[in-house]
Amino acid sequence: MADPKTSVPDFFELKKNLKKDFSGLPRFRLAILGDSSTQFLHQAIRGYGYEVELNVEIYESDYGQTDQEIFNAQARLYTFKPDGVFLFYSTQKLLSGFYSCNENERRSFASDQVSKLRNSLAKLRQSLSCKIILSNFTEIDDGVFGNFGNKHPASFIFQLRKLNVALMELAAEERDVFINDISGLNARMGLGYSFQPKLYVNSDIVFSLEFTALVARNLVDIVLPMMGKLKKCLILDLDNTLWGGIIGDDGMENIQIGDLGIGKAYSQLQQWALQLKHRGIILAVSSKNTESIAREPFERHPDMVLRMDDISVFVANWENKADNIRYIQSILNIGFDSMVFIDDNPFERELVKKEIPGITVPDLPEDPAKYLDFLRGLNLFETASYSEEDAERTRQYREEAKRVVAQQSYSSQDEYLRSLQMTSAVKGFDSFNTPRVAQLTQRSNQFNLRTVRYTEGEIAALITAPGAYTLSFDLKDSYGDHGLIAALILKEQEGALFIDTWVMSCRVLSRGMEQFIINQIVNLAEKQKISSVIGEYLPTQKNGIVKELYPSLGFVQDNGKWMLSVQDFKSFNTYIDAE
Amino acid sequence: MQNSATLNDVLKTFNEIFIEVLENEDIVLTYETTAADIPEWDSLNHIALVVAIEKKFGVEFTAKEIQSYKNVGEMCDGVTLKLQAKK
Repeated sequence: MADPKTSVPDFFELKKNLKKDFSGLPRFRLAILGDSSTQFLHQAIRGYGYEVELNVEIYESDYGQTDQEIFNAQARLYTFKPDGVFLFYSTQKLLSGFYSCNENERRSFASDQVSKLRNSLAKLRQSLSCKIILSNFTEIDDGVFGNFGNKHPASFIFQLRKLNVALMELAAEERDVFINDISGLNARMGLGYSFQPKLYVNSDIVFSLEFTALVARNLVDIVLPMMGKLKKCLILDLDNTLWGGIIGDDGMENIQIGDLGIGKAYSQLQQWALQLKHRGIILAVSSKNTESIAREPFERHPDMVLRMDDISVFVANWENKADNIRYIQSILNIGFDSMVFIDDNPFERELVKKEIPGITVPDLPEDPAKYLDFLRGLNLFETASYSEEDAERTRQYREEAKRVVAQQSYSSQDEYLRSLQMTSAVKGFDSFNTPRVAQLTQRSNQFNLRTVRYTEGEIAALITAPGAYTLSFDLKDSYGDHGLIAALILKEQEGALFIDTWVMSCRVLSRGMEQFIINQIVNLAEKQKISSVIGEYLPTQKNGIVKELYPSLGFVQDNGKWMLSVQDFKSFNTYIDAE
Repeated sequence: MQNSATLNDVLKTFNEIFIEVLENEDIVLTYETTAADIPEWDSLNHIALVVAIEKKFGVEFTAKEIQSYKNVGEMCDGVTLKLQAKK
C-alpha cells in the first residue's frame, strides 16, 4: 500500500521487493556513507529501485566511519567502484558537533563544515570519477535562542540554514555533485512525520520508516535521469483538468479559469505547465472534444495562461485516449516511459494505464484545488542537467510536430513540400562549419555512401587542398532551422569529379534534398569544366538506405562504381531554393 | 488479568506481523518466545516490528517500553493494555 500522504509505497512493501528478481534490470552501484544508522535506508532504496525497474547494488559502510572510509585508499568503498556515492549526514550529529564548538567556532561553523566536505570530496575524486549525492539537513531549531536565533549568527538554526545554502552553492559549482533535498521533503511533510524520537533514542535512527521510504524515492529520482530515464512530455486533458467545466456544454465564457469560480486552481496548474515548458518539457493536449471548440480558449480566452504556441501536439477528437496518446508518441518519437498523462477522469486514467505500459498517470485528488500541490509532491520532472539548449530542444520538437501535422493536411506530397518554403545555403567548408562537418562524418552511419571518417584537422586541411572541392548544405523551412545537414567532399581524379564523401542527416530525408544536392554537384563540375561525376557505394551494416541512391539520381554503372555524364544531365525539380 | 480471547487474538495478529516483517513463514509465536528463538529478530528488525505493530493496532510504545519487553507475551500485554486504555 502506498502512503496516501506521499504516494510512495510503504516501507514494508519496499522491503518485500528485496526478495524479487532483479536480473535483467539496469544496474547502478551506490555506496552509502552515513553518520547514523543507514540499514533501513539501504533496504528502502533497493526496494524502491525495484518499483522503477532499477537494480541498485548497494555498498554500505559501517555507520559513523565516513571519514575513515574516504581517507583510507584500501577501503572497500574504492574496490566497490561505485557509480554514485551517497553522503548522508544527519542534523542530530551536526548538532552535537556544533555544541562542542566555542562561541567563535560557532560563528564559522557552516563554512568550516563545507571546507571539511570539500576535502572529503577531493579525496574521493582522486580514485573515483562518479556522481556524488549529498544529503542536506532537516531544519531542526534547537530551541535555545527562539526566534532570535534567526538574527544571531552563533545560533544553531542560523548556521544550519547557512550550511544548506552553502551545499547548494557547492553543487552549483561541481558538475558531478547533486543534493538529495531532504530538507525540502521535511518542509513538505513536517518533523512530526519525518522524525520518531524513540527510534533515535533506541537505535540512532534519524528518520521514521515512512520518511525513510520518501528519502529513498528522492535518491532514486536523482539516479534515474543519470541513467537516461527522465520525463520529457506532459500530456494534458482539458475539461475539468486545465479549466473548470465542460467547454462543449458550458461555452467559452463560462469555463472556470482566472477569477471565475475556482478558476485559480486551474490557472495555477497552467502556470506550472508553462514553467515546465520553459524548462524544456514538451506539452501536448489530449481531449475528448470537437477540435475547434477545444482550441477556442487557447486562442481567445483572456485568462488562459497556455496558448496554442505552447502546445506541441494538440489532439481533440472523440477517439479513445490511448490511441490519441499513441498518435502523440508517433509524432514526438519519444518513449512512453518519458510521458506523463494528467486527467481528472479515473476512467480515462485507468484505460491509459492499462493500454500504455510505461506511461506515468498520476491519480489526481478529487478536489481541483489540490491538483498542483499533489503534482509538485510527486517530483515527476527530475533532471540531471540543465542548459539553455533544453528549452531550445522543445522548440525543435514543436517544429517537427507542426510539420507532421501539416503534412497530413495536404492532399499530395508535392503540395506539402511546396508549403514548407525550403531554402538551403550552399557553402564550401570554412572555419565556422568544420566542427559540425567533422561531427557529421564521424556520427552518420545511415546516409553515408563511403563511411570515411574525418577529424576536424583533416576537414580543415581540405579547404585549401588542391583538386578538392567541399560543399556544405543547411536547410530552413517555414517551421524552423535544421542547421547544417549535409556535407560533401569531391576530388578531381583522372578528369572526373569523384564523390569521396556524401553524408546527410536522416532527419531531412524525402524532401528532395538529394536531388537538390546532385544539381549543385553538377553545377560545380560544369564550372570546373569536368565532364563526369563518379560515385561509389561502400556497403556497411547500417547504410542500406543509400544503396540505390546513385541509380535513382541517373548514374549508370561503371567498373563497380557509378557514373553521371555532365552533358546529359537534366536538373531535377525540387522545392528547395538556394539561398 | 486480561480477557484471554482478546489476548489470543492479539497473539495471532502478532504472528502475522512477525511472518511478514521477518519474512519467515515458519514463525509460530507463543507468549514465551524471545528474540533468541528467532534468528531474524535482531535489534534492527525489532524496531521494524515495533513500528509495524504500532501501525497495525493504532497504538504507540514509549522508548523505554521498546527496550524493556522481554518476550512476546509482554508485548502482547502492552498492546492489550493500550487498547483498553483507548476505550
